[in-house]
Parts: sequence; C-alpha cells; structure tokens
Amino acid sequence: MRTQKGMSVIVKTVTKITLGFIMLYAVYISLNGHAGPGGGFAGGVIVALSFVHIMLAFGKETALKRLKSYVLRALTCAGALIFLYVAAISFKGSSNLLNIFFKKAASYRLFNSEIVLPLAEMVIVGAGLFAIFVALVLLSKPDRYDSE
Amino acid sequence: MIEIHLILFFMIAAAIIAVEAKDLLSSVVAIGGVGIGLSMAFLILKAPDLAIMQLVVEILSLVILVRATMRHDLPFSMSGRWVFNTFSTLIFIVVFLISAYAVLKNIPQLGSGLSRTSDIYMREAVAKTGIKNVVAAITLNYRLLDTLGEVAAIFASVVGVMAIARRVVRK
Repeated sequence: MRTQKGMSVIVKTVTKITLGFIMLYAVYISLNGHAGPGGGFAGGVIVALSFVHIMLAFGKETALKRLKSYVLRALTCAGALIFLYVAAISFKGSSNLLNIFFKKAASYRLFNSEIVLPLAEMVIVGAGLFAIFVALVLLSKPDRYDSE
Repeated sequence: MIEIHLILFFMIAAAIIAVEAKDLLSSVVAIGGVGIGLSMAFLILKAPDLAIMQLVVEILSLVILVRATMRHDLPFSMSGRWVFNTFSTLIFIVVFLISAYAVLKNIPQLGSGLSRTSDIYMREAVAKTGIKNVVAAITLNYRLLDTLGEVAAIFASVVGVMAIARRVVRK
C-alpha cells in the first residue's frame, strides 16, 4: 500500500488527525504564556515540530508545497522586524513597557503587546527552526523513504 | 529530595552510555534520555516553563540527530593518542573538582537565599505588570532587552544556516 512517498498508511492517518490539535496547542501555549507556563519560544518550537511531523510522514515535497521556502524566510524576517519594533517602541514609552496600544495595564486584552510579543516570537522561532530543518534535509542526500 | 538524586543518577548513567556506546544511534537515544531526565528535574524543582522548553527543544534536536545519524555509517574512531587524551581528561577532572568544591560550598540551599532582585520581582511583579505568570512578567517586561537579544541570536543562527545551505535550497 506504499503508493507514494513517506511512511505507512497508519502514520499518515494519525498525522492527519493530530496535526490540527498540535497547531492549536502551539497557539494556546504561546498566547497563554502570561497566565500559565509556556511562552512564545515553546509554542514556536511546537509549530516547527508539527511541520517536521508532516515532512517525516508525507515526504518533503508535501511539506514544502504546504509551506514554501521563501515563505519561511519571509515569515522569519517579518517576525524579527515586528518583535524589534514592539520591543524598541516600548523602551521609549511609559513606565509600563508592555502597553503600546492601550494606556492602562490589563491582564488580558487583544493587541496588547503581551499578545503581540509571544506571537512574533512564535512565528520567528517556528519558521526559523523549520527552515533550519529544511536546509539540513535538503543538504543531505535523499534518504531511505524518498529513494523508494 | 530523593527524586532529584534518582534523576541525577539516571542522567549520569545515560551520559556514560552515550559516550561508551559503539553505535551512533544508541548514543543519540541515550542523549535523549539525558534531556528527558533534565526536563523531569526542572519539573521537580518547580519550574514548569523551563521543563516545557527543555522537553520541546530536546524532541526537535533528537529528531534532527536521528535523521542525521540514521543511515550513514559515519567514521567513528576510538583509537589513537590515548595517552594525551587520558592525561588531559584527568587534568580537567581535577580542575573541575577543585573549582566545583570551591563554588558549591557557597551556594545556599535550594529554595532559600533569594537575592534582593528576585525578592522585588516576587513581591511587585503581579501588581505592577498585571501578568499572573511571574516568569513571563520578567522575560517580557523587566528583562525585555534579554528577550530581544535571544530573538536576535535565533535570527542570526537561522540566517547563518540558510546562508551555508543556500545553493541547495534554491535548486
């Protein structure tokens, strides 16, 4: 039943089911970093791991078709620029460094920089680590699953 | 505190196995055991942020290492220059033991002896920043410059890897 590249049917089916939950958990853990354990870095690594999961289960063509290489580079650079902008503009602001869109400190508000900073960190870490994995995979020789 | 000693002995045993194993894949798996033990140690020492971070990064690095060492029979030599290696290892062990005895004598017990800075963080962080997680309050508010430097380091490493592997990526 190995008609295409990648691992067996069982692995592919389980990957299709669990992929959305993994991405949802990554977003939750990076948005909930101010109330519980977690943060942008851990969420970003989980995003990168979910794409590594796709790549290991379906082969590298499917993963790269879903997230192209230039998109990875653009996401990394955009995340870095957004993080630099928010961090630099909050050094210049009031005594509370976290609020750039609102004046008063609040525990949970959309577009607060405690939401923007973990999101930017998640994007840069996820895209960057998956870009590193893609570069390492493409640099090596075709592996066992792709050569069949 | 018996659990932390058990985990430390497990980690030391896994590290020795990783050094002594003949097969590279076995060494990689043993290194993964060391990382899991470190994550459990963080969890016992009541640092769930660090535990999550360590677990996730360990999984990613383990995937990359297994991928790198899965099918290539890499050259792996255990012989040659054993006199120099043994003497340098012994010298480094002696230096480490002396300096560790001098340093560890002055470290306070776990959970006691907070410094003044962390005391201020513990008292005022929740009221001043409105963030319930004190770790996030420190890394995103008081030490924002550190977080910016961390992101800059990640970005520089990504750019470096992409620059080294550039020709193959653009194929």
